[in-house]
Amino acid sequence: MKDVDDKFRKDTEKQVPLREELKPRKVTTPDGQEIDIDPLRDYFCDAKPKVHPKAYSKIVEDFYNWARSNSLWILGFGTGCGAIEMRPLMTPRFDAYRYGIQWRPTPRQANLLVISGYLSVKTLKRAIRAYEQMPSPKYVMGLGSCTINGGMYWDSYNTIKRLDDYLPVDMYVAGCMPRPEALLHGFMELKRVIREGKGEGANTYAENFDQYKVNQKAVIKDWDMPDYNW
Amino acid sequence: MSSFPNFAWGQVPLALLTLFIVINYGMIMTALVRKIGARVGGRYGIPIWQNYIDLLKNIALRSKISHGVMYYLAPVFRLTGGVGLLLFVPTIYGSDWHQNFSYAGDLILALYFVFFGTLGMALGAGESGHPHSAIGVSRGLSQVTMAELPLALGVYAISLQYQTLDITQIVAAQQGSIFNWTLFTNPLATIAAMFAFVGTMMRSPFDVVIAPQEIPIGPPTEYHSSYLALMQTNRVLFPVAKTVIYMNLFFGGATNWAEFAIKVFVLYMLTAVIGVVHPRFRVEQSIRFFLKWGLPVGVLAILTV
Repeated sequence: MKDVDDKFRKDTEKQVPLREELKPRKVTTPDGQEIDIDPLRDYFCDAKPKVHPKAYSKIVEDFYNWARSNSLWILGFGTGCGAIEMRPLMTPRFDAYRYGIQWRPTPRQANLLVISGYLSVKTLKRAIRAYEQMPSPKYVMGLGSCTINGGMYWDSYNTIKRLDDYLPVDMYVAGCMPRPEALLHGFMELKRVIREGKGEGANTYAENFDQYKVNQKAVIKDWDMPDYNW
Repeated sequence: MSSFPNFAWGQVPLALLTLFIVINYGMIMTALVRKIGARVGGRYGIPIWQNYIDLLKNIALRSKISHGVMYYLAPVFRLTGGVGLLLFVPTIYGSDWHQNFSYAGDLILALYFVFFGTLGMALGAGESGHPHSAIGVSRGLSQVTMAELPLALGVYAISLQYQTLDITQIVAAQQGSIFNWTLFTNPLATIAAMFAFVGTMMRSPFDVVIAPQEIPIGPPTEYHSSYLALMQTNRVLFPVAKTVIYMNLFFGGATNWAEFAIKVFVLYMLTAVIGVVHPRFRVEQSIRFFLKWGLPVGVLAILTV
């Protein structure tokens, strides 16, 4: 069923052809050997994510959660206009470092993915890949109304509306745009959630993996990656 | 045992105690230096115990992946480099407790251990398959190799000066007065080695290896959870262990922990101060810098000793 607010969903009748460099092919190496290359299989691990149990003892898990909440490493990945609101947090005026919040340049070392504002379908693909590469437990924070209901991009042909359909969101910060103070407050709330042991977004993602993939594939036009990329 | 004349089993727990003290000292000191940097910039800065929380958090992460055996071994090699460097050098001169496993030829071994971690990292980061790792490692190896040249020359100069390769004897020769330090008896060798010191501490202007804004963090790009925790431990241990060597060779060593803490902190702050006022060199610029300024001073030190 087509609706006015479904413009961003992909046209299923029109197939996007696989890019040339991603097609399986035979390659002759410099020493004359012939090898098969399948870029989609060779470069990624496509094993499904697992549900990771909590620590056996509650005291240990609480202790871990305390450490996780006081050492939030944010992936330095700005998706929309909200990225500009993250920069003041590093400056003397707001200084998020004093709360144990730091920025990391690689998803492997990050625990928190801040979707900072509107998320175009093209960026969603990158956000998913970045999220899936982060080690568990990982958290997602949606910044601004765009991640809650589309906000001012509600009628856009190329922007997703509800972030929660595609990635498990732990904390929303409403506003357009939320000021850095609101962001700091969001971080404090997220810390509370983690300390209470409710920051289990990675496990939610693993449990409802198939549903998330259906939603993601419904909008991403050129799905030229495995279902899960490590 | 007859083959190891200076070895006694009682040294093992004492050496581990040294290791424990140095790791904790490094944790607090590196956080303090970051805090000082933040205060200079007008920020409050990280909590002083932030390094411990980060370490615990990384150990507590649930999912880990490995890219292969060398990927797995690289942080181990890296930590071995730091621990080995510390354990084969006398940390506190004249103390039976913190003499560690130093022996007659430990200076050569120390020179080797300074480089050991970088080599292990090269293999592991290469196997992780990330292009940024490979770029970072090739930069790191070329830069550290160049930076080691003046250090090697400076070390040869002072081993000629003191006629020994035993760090304990070199420290012993510097006791008595501040003017007995190699800093005053052989300033050229000290300057040559300090080029290497600033060049290998991974701080600006010589931090193009990890260059966070350019090649996201370089060699450790793919490292996470426990692997990263091991490397973080080494990150606080290794600079201190390296500083201990410089302290022993050029700045009179330390006869107690307070002297150790002050001297290491001052030497570490030297690189931090240089780092905050100088922009980053590209790798060919830093190589040229070491060849142009570090190497001639090192050669002069050898010639004049």
